[in-house]
Amino acid sequence: MSALTDRLDACRAEGRAALVGYLPVGYPDLETSLAAMRVLVEAGCDVVEVGPPYSDPVLDGPMIQHAAAKALEGGVRVDDAFTAVRAVADAGAVPVVMSYANLMLQRGWERFAADLSEAGGAGVITPDLTPDAAPEWVDAARAADVDTIFLVAPSTTRERMHLTCGASRGFVYATPLMGVTGERASVGDAAPRVVAEARAAGAERVCIGVGVSTGAQAAEVGRYADGVIVGTAFVRALGDDGDLERLRAKVSELADGVRTGR
Amino acid sequence: MTASLQEAPGPFFGAFGGRFVPEALMAALDELTDAYDKARIDPEFTGELERLARDYTGRPSIVTEVPRFAAHAGGARVFLKREDLNHTGSHKINNVLGQALLTKRLGKTRVIAETGAGQHGVATATAAALMNLDCVIYMGEEDTERQALNVARMRLLGAEVIPVATGTRTLRDAINEAFRDWVTNVETTNYVFGTAAGPHPFPAMVRDFQRVISVEARAQMLELGGLPDAVLACVGGGSNAIGSFDAFLDDRDVRLIGCEAAGDGVETGRHAATLTGGRPGILHGSRSFILQDDDGQTLPSHSISAGLDYPGVGPQHTWLADIGRAEYWPVTDADAMEAFRLLTRTEGILPAIESAHALAGAIRLGRELGPDATLLVTLSGRGDKDVEQAARWFDMLPEGDG
Repeated sequence: MSALTDRLDACRAEGRAALVGYLPVGYPDLETSLAAMRVLVEAGCDVVEVGPPYSDPVLDGPMIQHAAAKALEGGVRVDDAFTAVRAVADAGAVPVVMSYANLMLQRGWERFAADLSEAGGAGVITPDLTPDAAPEWVDAARAADVDTIFLVAPSTTRERMHLTCGASRGFVYATPLMGVTGERASVGDAAPRVVAEARAAGAERVCIGVGVSTGAQAAEVGRYADGVIVGTAFVRALGDDGDLERLRAKVSELADGVRTGR
Repeated sequence: MTASLQEAPGPFFGAFGGRFVPEALMAALDELTDAYDKARIDPEFTGELERLARDYTGRPSIVTEVPRFAAHAGGARVFLKREDLNHTGSHKINNVLGQALLTKRLGKTRVIAETGAGQHGVATATAAALMNLDCVIYMGEEDTERQALNVARMRLLGAEVIPVATGTRTLRDAINEAFRDWVTNVETTNYVFGTAAGPHPFPAMVRDFQRVISVEARAQMLELGGLPDAVLACVGGGSNAIGSFDAFLDDRDVRLIGCEAAGDGVETGRHAATLTGGRPGILHGSRSFILQDDDGQTLPSHSISAGLDYPGVGPQHTWLADIGRAEYWPVTDADAMEAFRLLTRTEGILPAIESAHALAGAIRLGRELGPDATLLVTLSGRGDKDVEQAARWFDMLPEGDG
């Protein structure tokens, strides 16, 4: 049990899916990104995914690539992600970090886990690190009581589904579409299947990410998933001009969505 | 008895290699590994690959002694392994034909590839035309500008060339974009990776397909009188170098020297000499040396040669450096271009600027060892694509035209 599972279970007790919001640290600048994360919490996100920007984000589409590049140009550091984690925790949501592997390796697996824990973070989502590739990370996270959140995809085999769900803590991150982050007209037919397969493989909590950008989609996905993860739509709403009210309106739309789903 | 270093299977080479990719690609990489493991021992596959090598690529490639060039390399005997004479003009075709045949075996109809100088893109587009596969090539926008001729070649061959405008607009960004395409279209698409880097099985598989360089060259040198004192090859990702080294790995008296692109000089920070100036990290699916800042953000690389302009290096090279079996020397733009000029003027052979880095290494080593030494240099590609860039470097373009 962790702060993350407690929060997801509390949402479940309310009869709804959790809303998980992603934002990159430092976009459009550090101060605005911290304010934006507070807006996420105020407008209804239960969990906030803090993204330290990375120079080579292979699982991200054009919007998040753009945001990461702008953040890096602005001089944001991995240290700032832990500041953001603290800000989210103080605002009352559960913070997790979504990080590409090299940023974690360079800081050191143990130090990354310890710094996260100290900042009040609950877990780490690793888009380019699978459990079989990262026994060192799993050990470090377990030792620091940090949840390891791994991804599953429509292409995930039965064997790998068991491996991944077994190594995941907090929740399993299901990507219902093959592809990079970004908005889609539909979250795809595979979504219920991937969630069902993850549950069959032992996952107690499954959140859906990649492709969700509207309240209607959140409502649809929230019927069978424990959480709805939204990134690109929030980044786009925030924009280069850092419009916090536009962001707040978008978050409210999604927050209403998860509340009308069931 | 010491174990053989040849044909190391991966996924790990010492502490390097592995598979650090999104879960969405794991099934495809497993499928590819499985298909390759079966194909490499299937006489039908190996026979078809040998037939293509002979009747299409033009193998075995010859070895040419270059005495007039060697006079500038301390009088050592210098032999060139002529991968520049392959169909499409570089060693890249060796790998691409193997991976294209595998694509057919997998029942996939579309191939994607990244390219830096355009040599791998041209080779992939060629194999796709030959084997009736749809083909999309990702190429950094900066590279499409400095290698415009190769862009046209790929389009003539029927490939779609997508300029990548993100990041540093070079090879590294082209690889990112190719991975993104693959994650999206993995059901129909095989990623024909161009170098001996990336996630398992690519480093071992690409090495195996390029190994023909050293297998042939070793036999050719023995026929010419004996093993060389050293084998030299240029290293970007490192496919021609690992192909040039592999059959010599157990010949402990043969020095193996990879020549990295030092750009303006390693000390200036404007270079692509990953093993000289980098440190361990994860990039593009494997653990190796990379050029990066303290946080682990990849640093921009710089080289006059688009094919070597990459901030990573194949994991087997990192391992060979680690165990001391191979040496990696930095070669600046200026030294490479001087070697380019020398070979062209003294032997009538126009090398790719990539390969000129290995020639510069040979000049340095020859001067060090003197006339008793025998050096084998892999000429990984021909320089036709580099004519404009070289002419600009040497200020040979008509006035007002550059």
